[in-house]
Amino acid sequence: MMKKTLNRRNLLKTGAGLALGSGMITGFPAVHAGEEKVLRYLGTAVNQADDISKQLFKDTGIKLEYISATTDDVTKRVITQPNSFDILDTEYFSLKKLVPSGNILSLDAKKIKEFDNITPIFTKGELPSGKKIGDQGTAPKKVMFLEAENSTTFAKEPTQWVTLIPTVYNADTLGIRPDLIKRPISSWAELLNPEFKGKASILNIPSIGIMDAAMVVEATGKYKYPDKGNMTKEEIDMTMAVMTEAKKAGQFRAFWKDFNESVNLMSSGETVIQSMWSPAVTAVRSKGIACTFQPLKEGYRSWASGFCVSKATAGPKLDYAYEFVNWFLSGFAGAYLNRQGYYSAVLPTAKAAMAPEEWAYWMEGKPAAIDIKAPDGTLLEKAGAVRDGGSYDDRMGNVACWNAVMDENEYMVRKWNEFIAA
Amino acid sequence: MMLVFALFFILPLCFVVMVSFWDYNEYQMIPRFTTRGYYESFEGCLTKLPELCTMLATYVKTVKLCLIVWLFTFLIGFTVAYFLAFHVRSKTWQIALSLLCTIPFWTSNVIRMIAWIPLLGRNGLVNTGLMDLGITHEPIEWLLYSEFSICLALVHLFTFFMIVPIFNSMMRIDRRLLEAAYDAGATGWQTLWNIIIPLCKPGIVIGSIFVITIVMGDFITIGVMGGQQVAAAGKIIETRLNALQFPAAAANAVILLAITFLIITMLNRLVDIRKEL
Repeated sequence: MMKKTLNRRNLLKTGAGLALGSGMITGFPAVHAGEEKVLRYLGTAVNQADDISKQLFKDTGIKLEYISATTDDVTKRVITQPNSFDILDTEYFSLKKLVPSGNILSLDAKKIKEFDNITPIFTKGELPSGKKIGDQGTAPKKVMFLEAENSTTFAKEPTQWVTLIPTVYNADTLGIRPDLIKRPISSWAELLNPEFKGKASILNIPSIGIMDAAMVVEATGKYKYPDKGNMTKEEIDMTMAVMTEAKKAGQFRAFWKDFNESVNLMSSGETVIQSMWSPAVTAVRSKGIACTFQPLKEGYRSWASGFCVSKATAGPKLDYAYEFVNWFLSGFAGAYLNRQGYYSAVLPTAKAAMAPEEWAYWMEGKPAAIDIKAPDGTLLEKAGAVRDGGSYDDRMGNVACWNAVMDENEYMVRKWNEFIAA
Repeated sequence: MMLVFALFFILPLCFVVMVSFWDYNEYQMIPRFTTRGYYESFEGCLTKLPELCTMLATYVKTVKLCLIVWLFTFLIGFTVAYFLAFHVRSKTWQIALSLLCTIPFWTSNVIRMIAWIPLLGRNGLVNTGLMDLGITHEPIEWLLYSEFSICLALVHLFTFFMIVPIFNSMMRIDRRLLEAAYDAGATGWQTLWNIIIPLCKPGIVIGSIFVITIVMGDFITIGVMGGQQVAAAGKIIETRLNALQFPAAAANAVILLAITFLIITMLNRLVDIRKEL
């Protein structure tokens, strides 16, 4: 009887347990035997770092298979091929499309160890210090919780069922080439300033681009939106008319859709002012070209992304998924993201995994006490440099709006495409 | 043969036509008959006449780009094929030179297109060269991210598709015909116009079909070389797909197919390819 149940796998498990318990062996992958723990991870390439998957395998034995696609293609894939991935890493704004489709499953907050330590930006829309931040657009708190496990309705108050466990977020603004502009830039309105005719660019992802456009229109003083994250048809028409007029006058050099395109445009000098993402600014700078992620007086446009699972994920796969998400929030990944200029969802664990000088530079806006290095070890900033936009509270505290899927989204996308084609 | 054709061409095509008449919302297709995919694409086009609405202007632009690219690929392709067929005498050299024409295909499509940027960009080779020579004082902006750069890239890419069928037709021409023409006192141009071109027609038409069908549906080259600012029919379909509006994308695909089909039918009228082959 005993012999029958004591198969190889159980033996190893007990063995490993004993070894760990006795504290004799450390630093081994937790699991050696049994079937491989594999998770297919669908997302944009931005968060899919090799270092993260290697560390994950070392710590938990889970093997990640990255499937990377552009923002639009990730959404398309969830809708059309929900069986082709296990873990989904996507932005909060796309939830308004994904949740009603029923192709993704919510996660149980009770199984997430650090859930209570997740920054209140997600749960309440405020900084850890209690300061309320802008919530126009698809702010995470609006779509973070479901009414019940299999519900497709977003809950107004926090519940146990979480649509996306947050991983990373940031405050975006315009990137500029200070060496070519040679004067201070302080407003979103500058994007349409004729001074930069033929040298400006905006990103061509409707849900994000429309918010940049709205920030610009508001900054020029043309119109004040009651809620730029949820425009009426007339407001959409007006916004697109302003942008189309600028386009026809030759304001834009090009539109970009993909991270590398934005880096190329900026570093080649084709554009000097454009919508940009933080790591793209870093990429331009690491080529030795001056580029600033310019804080603007109207505030930032923010975004956030997180994890959920495909509806087809069940059984042991689902357990691995929880294990992975818990690992992701436990420090290593958070520190990694912070060092890229993003922000991690659970700040205390990330802080513990970073050097105090790093934390002071990235999060507190203090001058770097040591040389600041990217996660891969390349030099980002020499000692003494200060982060663009300053501290976490200064940057996230000045968020004006979030990337959005509006009620009139279909109409907006149609008008956006006409603008691109005009 | 028929089965493969039906399974992989006719059937998917039927699906596309069917889906183009479906309804849709943010995240799914609704199998309910509607012409929404079509009429929303052309919303406001009638009231705006005689001025062209964006959608009509886009189709007009696509056809225009297509004709320009066709003209240049034809002129260059014909000349190259003529040179290969009638001026290069040795078979080895003919093969070697034809292989040279495939060089643009040795790298990936995307890399080939990105390579234009350091050449044509504001601080690119052409602009700095022109300025150093004192020919221009300001960088020429329209070299990149313009219709010019799109046509340049497309011609560069697709001339080869014109060369091969025309070269093939030329090689089939009985050389005695040319000698007879010469003996009868025809000039070089007369020979070209009255003998070579008529006998090359099938090659020209096949090459044209290649180029036209590819350019009409292209969205990657047009996107990259146009800085995503120049619209084309293929791009409309792509953006619709990205917005998960599959029926609208299908509707535009059907329209594009109809236009392409029309052009090809017209070409077929000029030359009956089946008979000529």
